[in-house]
Amino acid sequence: MTTTAIPSKPWEKSNKDRVRDFSFIIFAIAFSYAFVGVTEMKGKLAYAFMFFVAYAVLVSGFGFLTRGAPAAKDAFVKTLVAVGSVLTLIPIASIVFTVVRNGLPGLKLNLFTQDMSLAAPTDPLTNGGLLHAITGTLTLVALALAMSVPIGILTALYLTEVKGKFSGPIRFLVQAMSGVPSIVAGLFILSAVLYPITKNYSALMGAMALTILMIPTVARASEEVLLLIPDDLREAGTALGGTQWRTVAMIVVPAARSGLLTAVILGIARIAGETAPLLLVSGGGDKVNPNPFSGSVGSLPFYVWKSFNAGTDESLARAWSGLLVLMILILIFFIAARALSTRKVSK
Amino acid sequence: MIQTPESEKEMSTAAQPSSLASVANAKPARTQPTQATGTGLEARGIHAWFGKNHVLADVSLEFAAGSVTALIGPSGCGKSTFIRTLNRMHEFIPGAAMAGEVLLDGKDVYAPGIDVTKIRLQVGMVFQKPNPFPSMTIGENVLSGLKLAQLKVADKNELLESCLVRAGLWNEVKDRLGAHGGSLSGGQQQRLCIARALAVSPEVLLMDEPCSALDPGSTLRIEETIRELSDSMTIIIVTHNMQQAARVSDYTAFFLSDGGPGEMIEVARTSEIFSQPKDQRTENYVTGRFG
Repeated sequence: MTTTAIPSKPWEKSNKDRVRDFSFIIFAIAFSYAFVGVTEMKGKLAYAFMFFVAYAVLVSGFGFLTRGAPAAKDAFVKTLVAVGSVLTLIPIASIVFTVVRNGLPGLKLNLFTQDMSLAAPTDPLTNGGLLHAITGTLTLVALALAMSVPIGILTALYLTEVKGKFSGPIRFLVQAMSGVPSIVAGLFILSAVLYPITKNYSALMGAMALTILMIPTVARASEEVLLLIPDDLREAGTALGGTQWRTVAMIVVPAARSGLLTAVILGIARIAGETAPLLLVSGGGDKVNPNPFSGSVGSLPFYVWKSFNAGTDESLARAWSGLLVLMILILIFFIAARALSTRKVSK
Repeated sequence: MIQTPESEKEMSTAAQPSSLASVANAKPARTQPTQATGTGLEARGIHAWFGKNHVLADVSLEFAAGSVTALIGPSGCGKSTFIRTLNRMHEFIPGAAMAGEVLLDGKDVYAPGIDVTKIRLQVGMVFQKPNPFPSMTIGENVLSGLKLAQLKVADKNELLESCLVRAGLWNEVKDRLGAHGGSLSGGQQQRLCIARALAVSPEVLLMDEPCSALDPGSTLRIEETIRELSDSMTIIIVTHNMQQAARVSDYTAFFLSDGGPGEMIEVARTSEIFSQPKDQRTENYVTGRFG
């Protein structure tokens, strides 16, 4: 004879516990209203602040009464952590909400099929679009990728595989470079390449400035990934008679492939919304420019900046739509990064 | 043709002082190498350092072609360091230094101008932890040595099969050579690593505790593999398992470190080490009365 066991989770909250926790929240809300009403305090912030104070006091007081001082501290710190995460979420949620609310009305089909070369800032939203900005941003990103990915990954390989004499200084410089203000990268290209040599705005100039910003991101992320590859594999490759180059190319890099891809996409996300250097060296034209090596080129951040400056109702709506498109583009990059990095290597 | 060395015949009638010795004698006689595989490997006066730490002092050992030599001794006595000096993997550890000579077919592998990748092709290695290449399939793993060293073979499929057969893995993986190496069990992965080492046809195979992470069944399979391979190559195996040393090896060397650098205390036929060791310390170790 067997007794049937019912699966249960004794460690989870009972209904009684839930009611108690909920009553704490209700009580804290009631207290915050009462307190703010009685005293001189005013505004939403006062309510929120008093709510958190009351809730923290309640849960830690309850913890103290039932299980003593350590439980009280535990409950108090838990409340603090919750406050921290809520405070972090508020600005993000607010930004996304504002951009979506203001950007959605301008999101029309012609936005993706026309450029602004024949549209004035006062034209209605059905006229003109940001095709030039989208193609410009994609061109800039593609050129920056072509330059920064080889340099960034080779730098990471130098730091993790070659481990040469200059690893220390190079690692320090790469870290320092990731803190370079983006306007400095733009000024550098402006004064070192654009004025003395090309004397013309172009997507290439913009991409070169972005490359300076992207290299440290790619190099550092790639270095982290390559450090995760176990030394066992390097030893196994070498013990089979491979030179260092062949071991790295055939074993280390393929093993790190998905991580390196993530490093590249993080680099793209770093530069796709970059504005300051493009203001200096890309020109920011209103027409689709098919030649990446000559002539001014638009880009999404530039377009947003320009439209806000134009100041008319229509151009403001365009700017918000441009922001929305840019955010969606970066979101796509991030989702792709997550998908690629978590995907199992399979064949 | 099966030859039983005289010493083993005598041993079987002699009184046995320890249970381990009976394990050694229970070992069926190994077939002797059918063909000469070069003049073997010789280490002369090997010292090794990590930074200022002297870990190995004056080890001289000869490994006859086609023999299996087991290196036993407590942890930290320099066995692994020693075999890593034999195929020049020692130099990969930052701060490593060494002294002495390693002669492979009479030529010093540390001589200036030697192509170190060629040395590692002749002296293969199997590591303690199975480490198949994660980005490659089972088949690609076995043949990876050819690609790494840019060797050419006439028939890759034949080589693939023969290596897997010799490593005792063929029957288990022949239908899924395109699967990933990581999908195999630990014991299978280790045999895959052995197959991978065999594909470049080394003269010497170094095995650094190849069974320490495996269950008894897989261990047995690998021991069978070792004994089959010993017909065609020289094998040096580091092991903490004395029964294993007794089962697979012709010769056993005992290493010990008493606080200072590790030393090679004694080397002899395996049956002698386990039944009539000359050194008291060896006897203490093999009979479990150590420390």
